[in-house]
Amino acid sequence: MNPVSIIWKFLVTVYHRLGSPREFYQIAQYTTPIFGLLSLVLFVCGAYLGLFQAPADYQQGDSFRIIYVHVPAAWLSLFVYMVMATAAAIGIIWRMKMAFVVAICSAPLGAVFTALALITGSIWGKPIWGTWWTWDARLTSELILLFLYFGVMATYHAFEERKTAEKAMAMLAIIGVVIVPIIHYSVEWWSSLHQGATIFAEGGPRMPADMLTPLILMILSFMFFYGYALFLSAQNKVLLNERKSQWVKAAISAAEK
Amino acid sequence: MNWSEFFHMGGYAFHVWSCWALSTACLLFIVAFAKFRNARIKRDIARQIQREERHQNNS
Repeated sequence: MNPVSIIWKFLVTVYHRLGSPREFYQIAQYTTPIFGLLSLVLFVCGAYLGLFQAPADYQQGDSFRIIYVHVPAAWLSLFVYMVMATAAAIGIIWRMKMAFVVAICSAPLGAVFTALALITGSIWGKPIWGTWWTWDARLTSELILLFLYFGVMATYHAFEERKTAEKAMAMLAIIGVVIVPIIHYSVEWWSSLHQGATIFAEGGPRMPADMLTPLILMILSFMFFYGYALFLSAQNKVLLNERKSQWVKAAISAAEK
Repeated sequence: MNWSEFFHMGGYAFHVWSCWALSTACLLFIVAFAKFRNARIKRDIARQIQREERHQNNS
C-alpha cells in the first residue's frame, strides 16, 4: 500500500468515526482538554509578549496593543463562519448528523467573536480615528455578519422539528457565505478608515517580528479556543439530541456511580 | 519600566485594558456557560433514568 492511500484510509476512518454522535462523544472526551490547554498556553505567551515585550508603535503608541485581541477576534469571526458554512454544506449534501451539530454550535461562538471584534475596534477607533463608529464598508459588513449569525441561530430555534430546523439553518448559513469575501476585500474595494491587510499583505507581513510574533500566538490561541469551545458545546448538543438513546443513558449511569 | 508605567499604557490605559478585559471575560463566559449547561443536561438525564427505573419497578 502506498502512503497516499494509507493517509486517505485514515482520513475516511476519522470522518466516519467523527460522523457518529457516539464516537464523536468518546473522541471529544480526550481532544477537548488538549485544545483548551493549547489555547491557554498560547494565550499566556501571546499576552506576555504582546503587553510586555513588543515595543510601542511609533504612531499609535501603546494603544496598538488592542490589535492582539481585535485581530484574533475579527479573524475568528470569518474563520468560524467558513467552518459553519462548510459544515452546513456537508450536512445537507451527505446528510451527516454531526455536521449540523458543528454548524449550529458554531453560530453563537462566531457571534461572540464578531461582537468582540466590533466592540474592541470601536474602543480602538475612538482615540485613533476620533470616532466610535462610522458607516464605512469594513465596519458595516462586519455588523451584517453579526446579524447573519443571529439569523442562523433564530432560524434554527424557529422550527419545532429538528430535521427541518437543521436544513433551514444550513441553507441560510450557506447563502450568507458571500459576506466573507466582502468583509475581507472591503478595505480594498471601497475607501475606508480601516487600515488594510497587515499579515497577508503584498510583499510579506508589514510588521516587525517582535510585534508580529505575539499577534500570531494570539490568533492561534483564539483558534484553539474555538476548537475547545466547539467540542464543549457539541458534546452538550449530542447529549441533548441523543438523550433517549441507550449509549447516553449508559454513559450517564456509569458517570453517576 | 515600572508597574505604574505599565498600567498607564502611555495614556491609553482605558482603551487597552477594557479591550483585553472584555475579550478575556467573553472567553471565560463561553467556557463557564458550556460547563454549567453540561452539568445541568447530565443531571436532567440522570433524573429521567431514575424516573424510568421507578416506573418499571412499580408496574
